[in-house]
Amino acid sequence: MSILIDKNTKVICQGFTGSQGTLHSEQALAYGTRLVGGVTPGKGGSEHLGLPVFDTVRQAVDVTGATATVIYVPAPFCKDSILEAVDAGIELVVCITEGIPTLDMLAVKADLDTTDVRLIGPNCPGVITPGECKIGIMPGEIHLPGKVGIVSRSGTLTYEAVKQTTDRGFGQSTCVGIGGDPIPGSHFIDILSLFEKDPGTEAIVMVGEIGGTAEEEAAEFIQANVSKPVVSYIAGVTAPPGKRMGHAGAIIAGGKGTAAEKFATLESAGVRTVRSLAEIGDALAEVTGWT
Amino acid sequence: MNLHEYQAKGLFKDYGLPVSEGYAVDTADEAVAAAEKIGGNRWVVKVQVHAGGRGKAGGVKLADSLDEVRAFADQWIGKNLVTFQTDEHGQPVSKIYVESCTDIDTELYLGAVVDRASRRVVFMASTEGGVEIEKVAEETPDKILRAVINPYVGAQPYQGRQLAFDLGLKGNQIKQFTNLFMGLGKLFEELDCALLEINPLVITAAGDIHCLDAKVNIDGNALYRQPKLSALRDPSQEDEREAEAAEFNLNYVALDGSIGCMVNGAGLAMGTMDLVKLHGGNPANFLDVGGGATKEAVSEAFKIILSDQNVKAVLINIFGGIVSCATIADGIIGAVEEVGVKVPVVVRFEGNNAVKGRERLAESGLNIIAAESLTDAAEKAVAAAGGQA
Repeated sequence: MSILIDKNTKVICQGFTGSQGTLHSEQALAYGTRLVGGVTPGKGGSEHLGLPVFDTVRQAVDVTGATATVIYVPAPFCKDSILEAVDAGIELVVCITEGIPTLDMLAVKADLDTTDVRLIGPNCPGVITPGECKIGIMPGEIHLPGKVGIVSRSGTLTYEAVKQTTDRGFGQSTCVGIGGDPIPGSHFIDILSLFEKDPGTEAIVMVGEIGGTAEEEAAEFIQANVSKPVVSYIAGVTAPPGKRMGHAGAIIAGGKGTAAEKFATLESAGVRTVRSLAEIGDALAEVTGWT
Repeated sequence: MNLHEYQAKGLFKDYGLPVSEGYAVDTADEAVAAAEKIGGNRWVVKVQVHAGGRGKAGGVKLADSLDEVRAFADQWIGKNLVTFQTDEHGQPVSKIYVESCTDIDTELYLGAVVDRASRRVVFMASTEGGVEIEKVAEETPDKILRAVINPYVGAQPYQGRQLAFDLGLKGNQIKQFTNLFMGLGKLFEELDCALLEINPLVITAAGDIHCLDAKVNIDGNALYRQPKLSALRDPSQEDEREAEAAEFNLNYVALDGSIGCMVNGAGLAMGTMDLVKLHGGNPANFLDVGGGATKEAVSEAFKIILSDQNVKAVLINIFGGIVSCATIADGIIGAVEEVGVKVPVVVRFEGNNAVKGRERLAESGLNIIAAESLTDAAEKAVAAAGGQA
């Protein structure tokens, strides 16, 4: 079992014929993702990677029956692309692009909140249900079908958590990168609640980082709603205040959003935390009794 | 991206908001000329740096004569100002701002930020102006008034009036404040602000609302559609290496430790710094080479790390997703051939083309310490840098 996507999920790609769209669509197809077409305005009617290209998301949905889309278009056009997908009846939008203006995301998020559409990202590696469906830029080969749900604000930190759960043979149910932006489409608690309901997920790894209060909100949610064991790592103990640490969302502002504060809140909510990101696998084994 | 006060006030003026007459100048002669142009016999002179706490550090002064204006300019232009927000070297002063003097009756606070929790632009106002607003928020949170902006319709006059009434403003001040609030709402949206702050916002002796200070921070992601604002960037206020890294799309932040770090991905870069610290070392920097790193960018990154005299060892930690470890290896080899390397380099490759990357480094004949795991990499880097920092 899994969350969000499985082997039956039909996916289209926005920005299909661009370099990023092409590269990652090839890899998704090689992984076995049911990619059924793509959208590039003005190139409708043509074919790319052996799949149909459409002018609009609406056409793509009508013809292919796709329920999910992945967006690789450049940042200035992402607001438009996300809203087009929402309007076309897509259920899951995964936006990989980094660098979308914050005010664009405020408008997008306000619109999304009036619908049932789920947005993952932007500025994220995407979503993968190992062995079934890969939507995004993560290296497929490090994953293993299994029982750990992984949710993270960072791409490469997700890969570390994946590798440790693969090396130990636990595997992953689904891995979700919610992205490093200050205004993400989905928050930790959205994904945690899906993992809690998913019978295929037996334990959860949550990888956070400095900035904002999403981890604190997650701690509160876990205490009240999550019965499965949760292991958490927060990056940025050594980050100086006021500096943007690569991710637009990773700034400690006015003493809020520090790693120390997040660790403390998670621990008081009963979450098993690790100070070293190398110890995620060990901690999972410890809280689950898995060997 | 931060703006200088004089630049922010220029934008305020463009939006018809009440600021004092003032001029940013580069020399003492120009400072005196600006004061003469403004007229009167009292001026405020302020150094222009990207840091708060200027007043306490001596960077703001009331000048009662043209000689005092000149003396202030002579004292500061070309020097560095050290405040509680800067490092020990301070920020270079290349301009000072000469402004007409305002008689103050009351000091207020008005600011706006993108609030992550509510996912809205939120205005904050307080009667506690002129002090650190973070302190007010912590100690007396009920003294912070809020107005949440609807992203569909923008700031509305009733919200400005509500804040004005709650601040205890009277008569014509209500209208003045509401106009200011509406102007700031427009400015925030049109100029892609991340933060706006007026501290203090004052009521003058004549009873008028007036912006005594102005702080504007622009969303860096939106600069592509704000060409006028991009031109306001002042690289002299940024760390030299950080600015250089930005040219190559590298995210670099200078720190004061001895272990240079080169990592792909912002989260892993922070995680690697934390590991170094956990194993008894201190990171010299944050550096994310990004997902689309080219050989050239990696070379540049390596050179930037080595240009830091404090660096005693370099730790390279790559989990290849999009980026190939072989590309990273080529970049490192290229940089070493160009500038040489005198400090030990510890490398941990994982993921995309990790084996090929390790082979290339081994074949290069460079003195590279290979690491088996994350923990191994951090331990070896700390040991190579001379153990406990």
